[in-house]
Amino acid sequence: MTAQEVRLCALLLQEHFGEVVEKVGTHLLRSGALNLRALVKKSLCVLVQHGMCTFGPGRRGPAGPLEYRVSCERILYMLRYPRYIYTAKSLYGDTGELVMEEILQRGQMTMSNTVRTVADRLTQNMEDGQSTDYNDVVTAFSRLVETHFLQRFSEVPESPVGGKGGVQMKMVTWVQELQRKPNWSTQRWESRAVHTHLCECIYPQHQPLRCNSTPPALSPQACGDEGIYWQVNVERFHLHFRHQAIISAVASKLDQTSSEIVRTMLRMSEVTTPANAAYTQAVSANEIFRAVPPSYNISRPILDQYLTLLVDDPMEFVGKAGDSGGGMYVVNLHRALANLARATLESVVQERFGSRSARIFRLLLRKRHLEQKQVEDFAMIPAKEAKDMLYTLLSENLVQLQEIPKTPDHAPSRTFYLYTVNQLPTARLLLQNCYKAVGNLIDRRLFETKENKRHLEKSQRIEAILGSLQASGAEPAQLAEVEEMITAPERQQLEALRHHINKLDSSENQVDETIFLLESYIKSTSCSR
Amino acid sequence: MAGKGRGVAAFTFNIEALGITRGSMPETQQGPRALFPQAEFKPVPLKTGEDEDYMLALKQEIRGRMKGLPFNIKPHSAKRNVERYKEKYTRECNQIEDEEWTPDWNRLPVELMPQNKAIRKRSSKFPELEKRGEKSDDEKEEKTQKKEDDNEEEAVEGEEYDEEELEEENDYIESYFEDGDDFAAGSDDNMDEATY
Repeated sequence: MTAQEVRLCALLLQEHFGEVVEKVGTHLLRSGALNLRALVKKSLCVLVQHGMCTFGPGRRGPAGPLEYRVSCERILYMLRYPRYIYTAKSLYGDTGELVMEEILQRGQMTMSNTVRTVADRLTQNMEDGQSTDYNDVVTAFSRLVETHFLQRFSEVPESPVGGKGGVQMKMVTWVQELQRKPNWSTQRWESRAVHTHLCECIYPQHQPLRCNSTPPALSPQACGDEGIYWQVNVERFHLHFRHQAIISAVASKLDQTSSEIVRTMLRMSEVTTPANAAYTQAVSANEIFRAVPPSYNISRPILDQYLTLLVDDPMEFVGKAGDSGGGMYVVNLHRALANLARATLESVVQERFGSRSARIFRLLLRKRHLEQKQVEDFAMIPAKEAKDMLYTLLSENLVQLQEIPKTPDHAPSRTFYLYTVNQLPTARLLLQNCYKAVGNLIDRRLFETKENKRHLEKSQRIEAILGSLQASGAEPAQLAEVEEMITAPERQQLEALRHHINKLDSSENQVDETIFLLESYIKSTSCSR
Repeated sequence: MAGKGRGVAAFTFNIEALGITRGSMPETQQGPRALFPQAEFKPVPLKTGEDEDYMLALKQEIRGRMKGLPFNIKPHSAKRNVERYKEKYTRECNQIEDEEWTPDWNRLPVELMPQNKAIRKRSSKFPELEKRGEKSDDEKEEKTQKKEDDNEEEAVEGEEYDEEELEEENDYIESYFEDGDDFAAGSDDNMDEATY
């Protein structure tokens, strides 16, 4: 992933400067003088394939040259791929996980292609003699489509999950084809040769230069779904993650049962709530009572008590929207996101500047505008230290100073100076900090890898030698000899390197969680305006 | 700080309004802040658990696999005319799939297809060549013509997406015709299209 990763780095580090497309172009320019034109076109194709670049008629209208637009957001979602795949695994098992992985890696795929590749991989991991039933994979795929985790890929950027009618038909044809030709499920995909031939079947005009395959074992299938490409619906995953965040916040603030109730409410209103709504559709207490999983054994009056508790909680996750049906309740999505973002900001200040600075920060968030003296009094911190902390926060741009003049000439002796914190701009600032942090993490990881490239290569070569020796049945003495080629300090160094890289990678994943939260909050405020 | 009284700061306004007294000013900065200042508070340790470990493994696996996919375009892939013996094995070892990948041309703009560009390149170059009389040997014209015919033919079929070596339906490899090293590079300079 070198080209893509470096590009991502550049984006993360230089996000506020200049046009994104210029940056991509600059990167591509670095690749070499002779192949310039070819490489630019190839890279554009790759980006379009993955849905990160769109093209359309340019500024000069349909007659002029096409313009290409790269979506920065979409590139940054690459950080989240492991999370998407893990969610698919937890919801739909290993098959779902593999389907998601394949489609994410290739950008867009036809259903037949995906099914083939996934079955291939599943069979590789199984023992000899077994094979994967295609129907399993098809089922997993269809379920992903039904719950909107996968969507049709179309050139129009704001495409709905449309065309389902035509798509359903094609899916049915494909399944029928499968059933008509049962030999597919009993085939064993063991050699790459067969795989290469499959690729040939998919793209009949693709003539590989170096064709090293055996004669085909199966006749090429013309699957009915050429031209129908599927891609991952990231918005649906984001919705899922947001709900998860709200549920876990309720669980940690209140208790498990309340979080179950909120989960039930969210599940019930999932299909009826529009995408960026401020709150879910109202559900009545009767419906909630019926829909709560029976394992929790909640009786009706207890449920009512829980709901009242949720409504009265200062975090305002749940609100009451009416009294019919035993009480109509909504989940306040935007307010929940705002509270989560606020909690994130407060925790960042606390971890960087200490709990007393965090106290000042929280005070300013709640009281909006305060004078210097008032800050000292309310926060109960001695004057000198309060000033110090305020100035530190001010220099980090987490706190702003607002002037309120008493006289038109803005004389400093006759002006009020008020400290204030605005949640939205501060969130934006922290988001940029997060991007910078991830960029730094990636940079450091690449640096570490480069520093120890020699060691890594040596260890890889030795592993390859060991592997081939073992395969050809060597004596333990020979194996031990080969293993000794790596000295003990080198081994330690490699261990340390692996440890560092794991830590850096893990940090990237976890910073991305914060990025997601702040991004969702910022997007929710722009929607509600 | 307009005052010059031996390092004593003097202000143009009454600083008591801001709540600062002379004694409680923070120290003035002597220079830019250090690039990596000492952090007073150490960061919270990372979350650890089964989920995080699994996602870490996923991330590293994805990275490794994407390096082998045809989408990963390597900058200086010197395509040699004859396949070296070891390439077959290094490819298998590193699990690099076929390096050529044909996108679905129905979904991409025509201008991204390589052979059309070649046709345009040739035809736009042609009149300029005639005018300037740079390389006007018959061999060049004949070859260009042949390439145009071949490319038009292959454009219909949707040729394999390979820019560096345009395939021709004949037995001659490209270096048979001694173009000289500046052939491809020269054409880039004469392009009318916008450069990136």
